[in-house]
Amino acid sequence: MSDQKKKDDHAFRLSRRKTLKGLVAGVGALALPASTASASVWEEFFQRHFRELSKKELKDVLARLEKDYSKQYGKQVSVKATPPIEGVKFGYGLDLSRCIGCRRCVYGCVAENNQSRDPQIHWIRVVQLEKEKGVDFDVAEHYYNPKKVPEKGHFYMPVQCQQCENPPCTKVCPVQATWQETDGIVVVDYNWCIGCRYCMAACPYGARHFNWSKSSIPADEINPDTHYLGNRPRPIGVVEKCTFCVQRTREQPGRYPACEEICPVGARKFGNLLDPESEMRYLIENKRVFIFKEDLNTRPKFFYFYAT
Amino acid sequence: MSRRSVFPALLTIAALSLALVSISTPANAAKKKYFDRSGNLVVEEKTAAEMSRVYKVQNREPEKTYAVPPPPFSEDIFPCSDCHADMEPNLQRRQLEDMHTDIVLHHAEGQRWCLDCHNPNDRDKLRLVSGEVIDFSESYRLCGQCHGDKFRDWKVGIHGKRTGYWNGDKQYLLCAHCHNPHDPKFKPLTPKPPPVRPGQARH
Amino acid sequence: MQLREVWSFYKGTFVLIGKGSKAYYIWLAALLSLMGIGVVAYLHQLNSGLGVTAMRDQVSWGFYISNFTFLVGVAAAAVLLVIPAYVYNWGPIKEIAVLGELLAISVICMCLMFVTVDIGRPDRFWHLIPKVGILNFPSSLLAWDVVVLNGYLGLNLVIVVYYLYKTYYKRVSNKAFTTPLLLLSIPAAISIHTVTAFLYNGLGARPFWNASILAPRFLASAFSAGPAFMIILFLLIRKYTRFKIKDEAIHKVAELIAYAIFINLFLFGAEIFKEFYTGTKHLAPMEYLLFGLHGHSALVPWIWTAIIFNLFAFLIFLIPETRNNHVTLVMGCVLIFVGVYIEKGMGLIIPGFIPDVLHEIYEYAPTGIELLISMGIWATGLFIFTMLLRVAIPILNGDFHVADDGVGSYIGDQLFLVSPTAKPTPPPDKPPG
Repeated sequence: MSDQKKKDDHAFRLSRRKTLKGLVAGVGALALPASTASASVWEEFFQRHFRELSKKELKDVLARLEKDYSKQYGKQVSVKATPPIEGVKFGYGLDLSRCIGCRRCVYGCVAENNQSRDPQIHWIRVVQLEKEKGVDFDVAEHYYNPKKVPEKGHFYMPVQCQQCENPPCTKVCPVQATWQETDGIVVVDYNWCIGCRYCMAACPYGARHFNWSKSSIPADEINPDTHYLGNRPRPIGVVEKCTFCVQRTREQPGRYPACEEICPVGARKFGNLLDPESEMRYLIENKRVFIFKEDLNTRPKFFYFYAT
Repeated sequence: MSRRSVFPALLTIAALSLALVSISTPANAAKKKYFDRSGNLVVEEKTAAEMSRVYKVQNREPEKTYAVPPPPFSEDIFPCSDCHADMEPNLQRRQLEDMHTDIVLHHAEGQRWCLDCHNPNDRDKLRLVSGEVIDFSESYRLCGQCHGDKFRDWKVGIHGKRTGYWNGDKQYLLCAHCHNPHDPKFKPLTPKPPPVRPGQARH
Repeated sequence: MQLREVWSFYKGTFVLIGKGSKAYYIWLAALLSLMGIGVVAYLHQLNSGLGVTAMRDQVSWGFYISNFTFLVGVAAAAVLLVIPAYVYNWGPIKEIAVLGELLAISVICMCLMFVTVDIGRPDRFWHLIPKVGILNFPSSLLAWDVVVLNGYLGLNLVIVVYYLYKTYYKRVSNKAFTTPLLLLSIPAAISIHTVTAFLYNGLGARPFWNASILAPRFLASAFSAGPAFMIILFLLIRKYTRFKIKDEAIHKVAELIAYAIFINLFLFGAEIFKEFYTGTKHLAPMEYLLFGLHGHSALVPWIWTAIIFNLFAFLIFLIPETRNNHVTLVMGCVLIFVGVYIEKGMGLIIPGFIPDVLHEIYEYAPTGIELLISMGIWATGLFIFTMLLRVAIPILNGDFHVADDGVGSYIGDQLFLVSPTAKPTPPPDKPPG
């Protein structure tokens, strides 16, 4: 698309939006009590898609969100929109011969990524499988709760977003509210998602989660270091998912994802797939690796492996 | 040729080839054959004297050192020299009766005892099989002597855990941070609670 | 078409829909109160979130989408009247084709409502509007569905309103305008259903839906349940209003239903064979549906009811005697309607999620709120349909047209809904049932 056309398109969209804005504001003014019709509600309502925001608009959006969240949680919450790092494609490795199913990753993720406590949202699901059957989900136990893990004869398989190279979820979104970034992370614009849940039907890994009710995070447990596309508190009625801790991993230098950092057995590996020296490349080249539901051609960047 | 004459002929051939093999074997004793990574046959010529020579480490590149947190000593036990400095080392393999009785060795205990790893002359150090004395913070080299595959994986960050930055400085954990060297099997953990079943969630 | 004329036409229709018999008012009042209950329930859902439904991450679509899927079929079935009426120019059905189109309009409205109540952020509907928001076309099948459903709605509205408007003013429709639109409505009807089938069909994650037979099965089941619904409506309409519908038309539709049921059963059997004989892991949802899985069997009684109903209905529609007897015909229509409602409503949607992609089983059953909202939408659909009929039937009967002065309206039918005994004119043909 030429720049001029883009500009025209933009102007057209803007004028349409203004018309709509006027219309809805008019109706809204009638329907909504003045107290709830605060400026920020309308700004949020008319906010454009993340990828269409100009630098200035993005700055305003982030500032608005920071203000809203800080007020809501009673402490300074920062919202950034760090872009992908060039030459980076994130990959994740999970050593099935090591994982003991302790679920530290699940709760580490909840704390880092501000997942709702009630209703409960977990981006990571650890299932207990039988050694005798291998990766056979027919016998998957999701709610195992023995005194100690690992249990005899079992192994454990944590499942989270596989950050597919060929993601079936982004393809189906009717409003492009979810897409794959250049570093391979599939993200959601929580302010654009309409909550149709088509992506949840399309995801073969159960990696997408819906905010069925208003999310609740205790104010003293909120992680104030947030990313627009990552762990900022989510509104009701939208879909959310693992982002490989975009708020951590896109920093320079980049921290490891929270689940990787908390794993007590070192089963979780993370790195840049484009860097031949990375641990990810080493494990892919030297270990027995499998990707989950390979036949679906989703091409996950989440590699299950056996170190021994 | 009739069937009866075939059998003796075959027998003769077999006997002859056996004799040939037994003659040729000593002559090839110094020829070592192996395949390299690309699958090419490599034959190395070595004299019997060369082959029986004792392997000696010469100009070996020192092992890279890795950034690790302090080793996980039991409380109030280090430095060992506090007690051991004035003691004459007793090299006799034995059951300890006065001290360290809390340590029960479950780590190939049939094959080794304390002083295979702990340095008898300076107790604040560990000792490799080669006789090299190393610091506790380098204990991975000691473990790596037997667990070569794990050591190789550990160095590249596959076995065990590294913290720090995926594209920056990393800190390694020592083997001993996760595995008690005297009883290395990883201990079971209490799992965190299972997720709430969808039917039971409150809303 | 002058603006003044248009205005007087609409003014006339508003006057008309306010008029009616006591039965008409009671009917409307009943629908309105159900709609009111639905609205209250929906406000509650808006306020608390979709957590008030039984849907969860494991089963992320439920009763709403089941109803949506079924109703798309009913809407598509209107084409079954358009084809004989306009392609083959068959008189008896031509007279009632407009009723099918009106049904399609009402049912598409219901479909859109069912989708609306299902989405988490209805306030962001404008994100779907091309140019204003972003419609992910052609990548997303849901975007396709938005396009074809609205297109089909628009198409039917234009055809019907134009035809009724012309008839009201006692003018002849411009064939050059209507014929292309009517012909277009045939592929459009097929496309709304095909696209809806593809919406589920294209998901590799859900083996239950990922069968290429899905779209044909959708069409076959739509062409059984949709026209069955119409036959019941035709019988009611000709019994309680002054509109005349010929027996031949009804029997023709019934005959078409027989073919559709047969194809539907055959395709269903083909799918059953493939799944069970191969017996791969992908059999699990089918097993859940038909026999239960790991002790979970909420759908089993429902689906067997549906299968038995479908088989019985097939026999009724197959045998000419039962097909042409209006008592058994109505029975058959009810059986096939209910059967397909179960089979391609909950019976199609829920096994897509059970077991879920990680083989977890969460048994879904709609909550009271879901039932109330759905009931409200059904009432709204019937209300819209009643309103449309209230205008269309008198126009078609010649009881509602422009007054002789060319400005006002003549309303010949003040009652609309009348009891069969009180009918001023004798019922056409033999009385049903």
